[in-house]
Amino acid sequence: MATEVEEIRGLGHSVKRKEDDRFIRGKGTYIDDITLPGMLHMAILRSPFAHATINSIDTSRAAALPGVVAVVTGELMAQHNLAWMPTLSYDTQAVLATDKVRFQGQEVAAVIAEDPYIAQDALELIDVDYEPLEAIVTPQRALEADAPIIRSDKGDQKDNHIFHWEAGDKEATDAAFAQADVVVSLDTLYPRSHPSPLETCGCVADINPSTGQATIYMTTQAPTLIRTVFALVAGLPEEKIRIVSPDIGGGFGNKVPVYPGYVVATAASLLIGRPVKWIEDRTENLISTGFARDYHMHGELALKHDGTMLGLRASLLADEGAFFADAQPTKFKIGLFHIVSGSYDLPAAFVSGDGAYTNKAPGGVAYRCSFRVTEASYLIERLVQNAAYELGMDPAEIRLKNFIDKDQFPYASPTGFVYDSGDYHRAMELAREKIGYAELRKEQEEARAQGKLYGIGLASFTEVVGAGPHADYDILGLKMNDGAELRIHPTGKAILKISVQTQGQGHETTFAQIVASQIGIQPEDIKVVHGDSDATPFGLGTYASRSTPVSGAATAMVARRVREKAAKIAAHLLEVAEEDIEYAEGVFSVKGAPDKTTKIQDVAMAAYANFPDGMEPGLEAVYYYDPPNLTFPFGTYAVAVEVDPDTGVWTVRRMVAVDDCGVRINPMIVDGQIHGGLTEGFGIAAMEQIAFDDQGNCLGSTFMDYLLPTAWETPRFELHATETPSPHHPIGAKGVGESATVGSPAAFVNAVIDAVAHMGIRNIDMPVTSAKVWDAIQAAQGGA
Amino acid sequence: MQITVTVNGAERTADVEPRMLLVHLLREELGLTGTHIGCDTTSCGACTVLLDGVPVKSCTMFGVQADGREVTTVEGLMSNGTLHPIQAAFKEEHGLQCGFCTPGMMLTGAALLKDNPTPSDDDVRWAISGQICRCTGYMNIVKAVQAAGRAMAAETAGAAGVTS
Repeated sequence: MATEVEEIRGLGHSVKRKEDDRFIRGKGTYIDDITLPGMLHMAILRSPFAHATINSIDTSRAAALPGVVAVVTGELMAQHNLAWMPTLSYDTQAVLATDKVRFQGQEVAAVIAEDPYIAQDALELIDVDYEPLEAIVTPQRALEADAPIIRSDKGDQKDNHIFHWEAGDKEATDAAFAQADVVVSLDTLYPRSHPSPLETCGCVADINPSTGQATIYMTTQAPTLIRTVFALVAGLPEEKIRIVSPDIGGGFGNKVPVYPGYVVATAASLLIGRPVKWIEDRTENLISTGFARDYHMHGELALKHDGTMLGLRASLLADEGAFFADAQPTKFKIGLFHIVSGSYDLPAAFVSGDGAYTNKAPGGVAYRCSFRVTEASYLIERLVQNAAYELGMDPAEIRLKNFIDKDQFPYASPTGFVYDSGDYHRAMELAREKIGYAELRKEQEEARAQGKLYGIGLASFTEVVGAGPHADYDILGLKMNDGAELRIHPTGKAILKISVQTQGQGHETTFAQIVASQIGIQPEDIKVVHGDSDATPFGLGTYASRSTPVSGAATAMVARRVREKAAKIAAHLLEVAEEDIEYAEGVFSVKGAPDKTTKIQDVAMAAYANFPDGMEPGLEAVYYYDPPNLTFPFGTYAVAVEVDPDTGVWTVRRMVAVDDCGVRINPMIVDGQIHGGLTEGFGIAAMEQIAFDDQGNCLGSTFMDYLLPTAWETPRFELHATETPSPHHPIGAKGVGESATVGSPAAFVNAVIDAVAHMGIRNIDMPVTSAKVWDAIQAAQGGA
Repeated sequence: MQITVTVNGAERTADVEPRMLLVHLLREELGLTGTHIGCDTTSCGACTVLLDGVPVKSCTMFGVQADGREVTTVEGLMSNGTLHPIQAAFKEEHGLQCGFCTPGMMLTGAALLKDNPTPSDDDVRWAISGQICRCTGYMNIVKAVQAAGRAMAAETAGAAGVTS
């Protein structure tokens, strides 16, 4: 009789999360929960001006305050060659300002004290003599000939222009536009927003003066990458650097860069010989750490009268802030914005982008998106809807007419991507069916007749994630690959070590499920280790939805490698040749003799206790995964809104999301990721903005000004799925963490525009506040 | 200042500066790090604790204001080694991701269920509207609070059944 097989809870099982047990008890370990013996506390003095020369800094009164251990300035950092640091985009960034300040909130000095309250008190006692300069708050002003040069520290910088970057075929695109019956254009600002994880950034730097061992507990999404960057930047020996990223209270891209606070705390610990803790407050997080977006975009779509798309032009001007510190692959200066051709079979496209320095915070990160994909998806999805209005077509029909067909995959896009798989028509049909599209259109007509404003917005996004193949993707020269190590213990339990870092995505559960799916050990018997650079293999970390596409693939492959050895041991135990062994669901059996079996647990014990002569004992492996291509999740979102014509207030009546992220490892977690992404997308569409006044004062510096959606405003979401596996990923998965943030802003804005489109309104820049909607209605009606 | 606060059922005394925030008293002096700090402006509610059974934001209260009162933190939700139904429900319904807002959300949910054992979707959303979650989109937090209410009702009914 065959062995009774318990179903393995691998792919497709909504396994409850292993990490929850500590969180629901209040026993997580976030950075601020770490207290070390003798630990000091650091607070940072920040610039009140957006642009000013520093004449002098007097720290004497602060240094004299009882309890203050040290006051660190840029001058002191310069003595150790650390006043400036390289950014992830091959620029430089001031650690502590020496010559001048270049944005409000820039780091000027730091106090190290016995107590955090004393450290804050001492900041008030530092006297800085500033001489204000003109603050440049738009990239347009930055590029004017008479604009003051922000980066006067760089000898070769004669203006505020940073880069020009292009993709696609300009001539072919010009030719396509020459044949067009209609050209639809859109100018829009994707405003500056901020990822705002609920936990701010911080670290505890602990450098042992006698051994030189540097242990840095840090809010980072990429611990092993950061270790190597620290080694390269600070010249510390890499084997003595240990980056520990324990529980992370949300990241969304904000915890990818290296911030000055980390560097100063580390330097201070080195100089003082005691551990130093630095925890940002919320204002510091909002005004100085990695912002997102801030792209001024122009798009043009060339079409025939029948709605056939012929070509696309997109150009953008990026407001990069005072230092070019985008976290993105080296080669791509505007990230992966060239995915802007989206879900459409566009014969020609041309994309260009320019970056400018301004007196704003640096660090353009992708707020829950894969390197500027959100901006691109927003532009094309808004353009397509406006094209539908121009041609008198239905916004769903124009999409269906131009979608890349499922038989066209793998599809070479006009800007250089090769889409792996997709079925865009099916996602659209499902979204239309679930929201009741035809009925909603009828309701819209009836509502208009009664003076009410209903709108239906669609967005059919294509994402590009999982960076990436070594030929094109690196950060500071390090290829964007990830390793995984898997060891099976003698009792058949396992430990998996990975280079990506959960910030809430549930890796401790889903990565165990990947192993379970390949080798048949239940997920609860597999411990997943991450977030400690001493304990895990090298890899580039968690952002840009790359955990599942890259590290998840490494995990599947390492499990297969272990299984190959397990099969040899099983053959030994069953006394047959290896080629006679079959494997399914954790059980090895003999071909043609299904009653002769052995379980993976028995094989594991044999690997240490009863292995064949001549075989190396043990059962473990390591695998570094270099993806052959990126993955391309997609979906269609449909939103129905009602707009109050008297106030401009818009309310979401329905929100249907159809997502296709390939094979779903844990459907419960996938849905949770989509819920969160839709909410952040809604926030960006409706309320989130880091605004500045004309002096460069940041107007979004607290959660009273930078608005985030609460449960009360957040729409209820209806989720549906299609499943088109990635053909090149070992388990067919594509990644899902960011799809909803990429796809949903355009759907929400399209819905509001659709409600007022009959008045001739074609654009309202995000955040689409009720005031802006009201203004647009008034203007359209010839009012105010 | 010398203060005495009943924290999670146990009397605790501490000598604190008058300006010390309640959240710092809990975290730094009493070692209860389950209460988190997210914003400093009473906006996000990561620091929510129960003061005499009512949810308050502990970053906007001085420790000395809690003198003589009862504070419940996430560490006080379990009883006799058993999870509070709201803790079990948050795991079961996937009501948390990064876990940072979770202690505050669970405490507010537990307080709501005392007054309203069968809250509607809107009831839960209104109760937690002073708190922010960046991960879940609130959908599963609402489900978790409602599920906990049902579990508590079933527990009460079960207990009544045994005694009758």
